[in-house]
Amino acid sequence: MTAVLSVQGLHVTIGQGTMAANVLRGVSLEVQPGEVRGLVGESGAGKSMLGRAVLGLLPANARIDSGTIEFEGRDFSGMPERERRGLLGRRIALIPQDPMTSLNPVKRVGAQIAMVLRHHLALSRRQALQRAAELLAEVAIRDPRRVLDLYPHEISGGMRQRVLIATAFACDPSLIIADEPTTALDVTVQRQVLQLVERLRQRHGAAILFVTHDLGVVAKLCRTVSVLHAGRVLEEGATAEVLTKPRHPYTRALLAATPRADRPADSLRPVPPELIESLWAEAHRIDRLAVAERA
Amino acid sequence: MVDLAVSAPIGRTLPWTAAVRRGGPRLWLGGAVVALLLLVALLAPLLAPHDPVEQDLLAAQMPPAWMHGGDVSFPLGTDSLGRCVLSRLIYSSRIAVSVAFIAASLAAAIGIALGLLAGSFGGWIDQLTSRLIDVWMAFPPILLSIVLAAVIGAGLTSVILAIVVVDWTRFARIIRAETMVQLQRDYATAARVIGMNRGQILRLEIVPNLVPLIVTLLAVEMGVAILVEVILSFVGISVAGDVPTWGGMIAEGRQIVYQSPWIMALAIGCVIVSVVGFNLLGDGLRAALDPVQRQ
Amino acid sequence: MTDILVRAGSLSFAYPERASTLFRRPALREVVKHVDLAVPRGSVLGLVGESGSGKTTLGRLLVRLLQPTSGGIQFDGVEIGDLGEAELRPLRARIQMIFQDPQSSLNPRLRLAVALTRPLQVFGRLKGRRDQRDRAAELLDLVGLAPHFIDRYPHELSGGQRQRAGIARALALQPDFIVADEIVSGLDVSTQAHILLLIRELRRRLGLTLVFISHDLSVIRVLCDDVAILQHGEIVESGPVAKIFERPQHAYTRDLLSAIPLPDVEPGWLTDQREVSVPHQQGSAA
Repeated sequence: MTAVLSVQGLHVTIGQGTMAANVLRGVSLEVQPGEVRGLVGESGAGKSMLGRAVLGLLPANARIDSGTIEFEGRDFSGMPERERRGLLGRRIALIPQDPMTSLNPVKRVGAQIAMVLRHHLALSRRQALQRAAELLAEVAIRDPRRVLDLYPHEISGGMRQRVLIATAFACDPSLIIADEPTTALDVTVQRQVLQLVERLRQRHGAAILFVTHDLGVVAKLCRTVSVLHAGRVLEEGATAEVLTKPRHPYTRALLAATPRADRPADSLRPVPPELIESLWAEAHRIDRLAVAERA
Repeated sequence: MVDLAVSAPIGRTLPWTAAVRRGGPRLWLGGAVVALLLLVALLAPLLAPHDPVEQDLLAAQMPPAWMHGGDVSFPLGTDSLGRCVLSRLIYSSRIAVSVAFIAASLAAAIGIALGLLAGSFGGWIDQLTSRLIDVWMAFPPILLSIVLAAVIGAGLTSVILAIVVVDWTRFARIIRAETMVQLQRDYATAARVIGMNRGQILRLEIVPNLVPLIVTLLAVEMGVAILVEVILSFVGISVAGDVPTWGGMIAEGRQIVYQSPWIMALAIGCVIVSVVGFNLLGDGLRAALDPVQRQ
Repeated sequence: MTDILVRAGSLSFAYPERASTLFRRPALREVVKHVDLAVPRGSVLGLVGESGSGKTTLGRLLVRLLQPTSGGIQFDGVEIGDLGEAELRPLRARIQMIFQDPQSSLNPRLRLAVALTRPLQVFGRLKGRRDQRDRAAELLDLVGLAPHFIDRYPHELSGGQRQRAGIARALALQPDFIVADEIVSGLDVSTQAHILLLIRELRRRLGLTLVFISHDLSVIRVLCDDVAILQHGEIVESGPVAKIFERPQHAYTRDLLSAIPLPDVEPGWLTDQREVSVPHQQGSAA
C-alpha cells in the first residue's frame, strides 16, 4: 500500500548567508491512507514549516535543501507549479490555524466554500451552493442556508473553524494537513471540533496530519505520532506506545512537564535545561555535517 | 535556576548601528541632502559669490558660465535685473529652511498635544477634537493663507501661520490613533495598576513609543512646508520685497522662460531636491526606528 | 483561623452596549453578575472560565482597574469598591497584576532596568540611577534571570524570559495580593512548567496571595488551593481544588472537566458525547 504522504530526509533552510536558519533537519515521516498522524512539537520545532513544505507553501525566503516529498507515490516537491496547484484543495487540503485571517472578511461564507468547489469540481454556482449547504450541515451547523449568506464576522469562532473544516473536506481529499486548528478554541468547543474531524474523516476516508503542541489532543485523535524538536523527529510510533512507554528523554520530559487535571500538583517536572542544550548541540552538529556534505 | 533561550541564541543588539543599517540608503541619502541644505542655509554669506539683491542691469540675463556668453563670476548666470542666480538660490534656502523647521515644529507641537489629549481622554474631548480636525482638514490651505495674508499682511509670519494652522491636523490625527492603540496594550494597563496617573502614563510610557512616528512625520512635514512656501512665494504672498525665494524665482523665471530657461529650471530643481531629501530622510528614519517594536 | 485578604460580595459589572445618544439609553451588558468570593491570606484561588465568562473582567475588578457597577470588594478589611483613584493610590502598592501577553505587557521602548523599577519610581522609593540598577538586578534574581538582562529591551528576550520579567515587575512593590491573568496561556509546555514552578516557589517564599485566572483546568490543578468556575459572569461552583476536580457537582464543571484532553489514549472520548449542533451565535471576540 503506497503511503499517502512520504517525507524523506527533508532539510529546509530559511534566510540567506549569516542570517540563515535551519528549520528542518532531515525530517522523515509517512502517512498511510486513512491514518491520523499527530505531529507534535513546541514553538520553533518546525512543525508548521513541515506542513507548509508539504503543501508547497513555504515562505519566499525558505528553500528545500535536500530530501523528498512524495504524495501518493508521485514526487511532490519537484512537481511543476501548475500541477501541484491542481492538487491543492482537491487531493490535499489544509485546515488552517486562525479562522479569523483565513476567511475573506468581505465575502460571504457560502461564496467562499462555493469558490473552492467550483474551482476544483467544475460545479455550477447553484450546485456549488447546494453542496456548500450540505457540507455545513455535515459540520453540524444549524440552519446552513442562513449561514451561507453571512459574513465571517457574523459567526462565532467555533463556527468559523467548522466552515474551514467543511471547506477542507469539500473535495474528498486523500490527505488533510490540520495546522493547530483547535489551539485558539475553548476546551468544550475543541472537543466538539475534534469529534467532528473524526466523524468527517471516517465518512470521507481522508488521512490527516494533525499539527499541534498539545499532547492531549494527540492522545485523543491521532493513532500515530511524530515528536518534533529543532527540526528533527526525535521519536515516532503508535500514540499509545509513545505516551505510555516513551523512548526518547525529550518525550519523557515533555510528558512530565505537562500539567494534568487528574494528578496532584507536585507531579509536574520541568524539562531539564541540560537536555535542551544537548539536543541543540546535536542539531547544530547535524547542520555542520550537512554543510560539509554539500561542500 | 537560570533561564535559557531555548530557541536560537538572542544576541545583544547595539541600538544605533542596527538602526542605521536598517535605515539603508534612504537614510544616508536623505540625511545627506538635508544636512547639505542646512549647511548652505547657515553658511549662505560665505558661499554666495554675490549679494543676492545687488542689481547690475548691464549684466542682465546672462547665461550660466559654461554656456556661450557666460562669465565665471556669475556661475549660474543672472536674472532680468542682473542679480546673481546662484547667490539667490543659496539665500533662498534660508527661507526654505526657516519655514520648514519653524512651521513643522509648531504644527507638530500643537498637533501632538491635541492628538495625545484626544487619544487618551476619549469621550467628548475626543469627539470635539476629531470633529475639529475633520472641519479643519476641509479647508484648502492655499486659500486659507491668502485670507491670512489679507488679514495680517503678507510675509513669513503669515506663511508659517498658514502652514501651522492647516497641518497640525495631520499630526493630531495620526498621534491620536497611535495613542489609542498604545493605550490598549498591556504595558499601559500595567502602568495604571501601579497607580500612574494619565499624565505620567502619557509622558513616561506612551510618548517614548510615539517618538519614531513623530520623527518621521516631522521630516515629511518639513518637505511639505517647503512646498507650501514655494507656492505662496510663487503667488507673491510670502516674504516681502527683494528677499529671494525659490518660489519667487520660479515666478520671475517663468516670465523669461524662453530667453533664460535655466532660472526657472534651477529653482524648481532646488525645490525638488529639498523635498525629496526630506521625504527620503523620513522614510529612512521610519525604517531605522520602527523594527525595534516588531521583533 | 482563616483570615480573608480579599472578599467580593455580590460583585457586578455592566457596561453600555453602545454609546448613549441623546434619545436613548442603550441596554447594559452584564459581564460579571453578583459574584461572591473569599480569598484567604496566603492562598491561591483559581478562576476558570471559557471565553465570554467574565474572568478577565473579574480579575480587573479585583485589582480596581475597573469600578464595580454594584456590590463590594474588601481588601484587608477595607472597602475599596467605591474608592476614587486618589484614595486607591496608596493601596496600589499592595495589589498588583501580571498579564497574559509577554509581548505587549512590557513597554517595548524601555530597558528592563527602567521598566521593572517603574513601580518604585512612581512611589518615590528609588534613590537614583545606581539604586535603580541594583533593585532591577534584585528583581531579576527573584525570577531566575541573570543580572545582565537589566540592559536589555523586551524584544531581545524570549517569551518565557519576558513573562518572568513581567512577574518581576509585579513583585517590585512587594505586594500582598497579585492577580495573574492567563499568564501561561501563550507559552510552550516546557516554558509553562518553569513559570508555574516559579510562581509556586515565589508564593511560598514571599507569602503571596494569588488569584490565578486561566481557561486551562490542568494548570489550575497544579497551582491552586481553591477554584471558582465562571460561566456567563456567574460563579456556578467553587471550592477546594481536589473536591471540585474529583467530585464536580455542577453540569458545566463536569462538561469542562470531561472536555479536557488528557494525554492518555481513550477510544471513547471522541464518540462519547452526543453531538450538539451549533446554533447561530452572534460573532464574538473568540
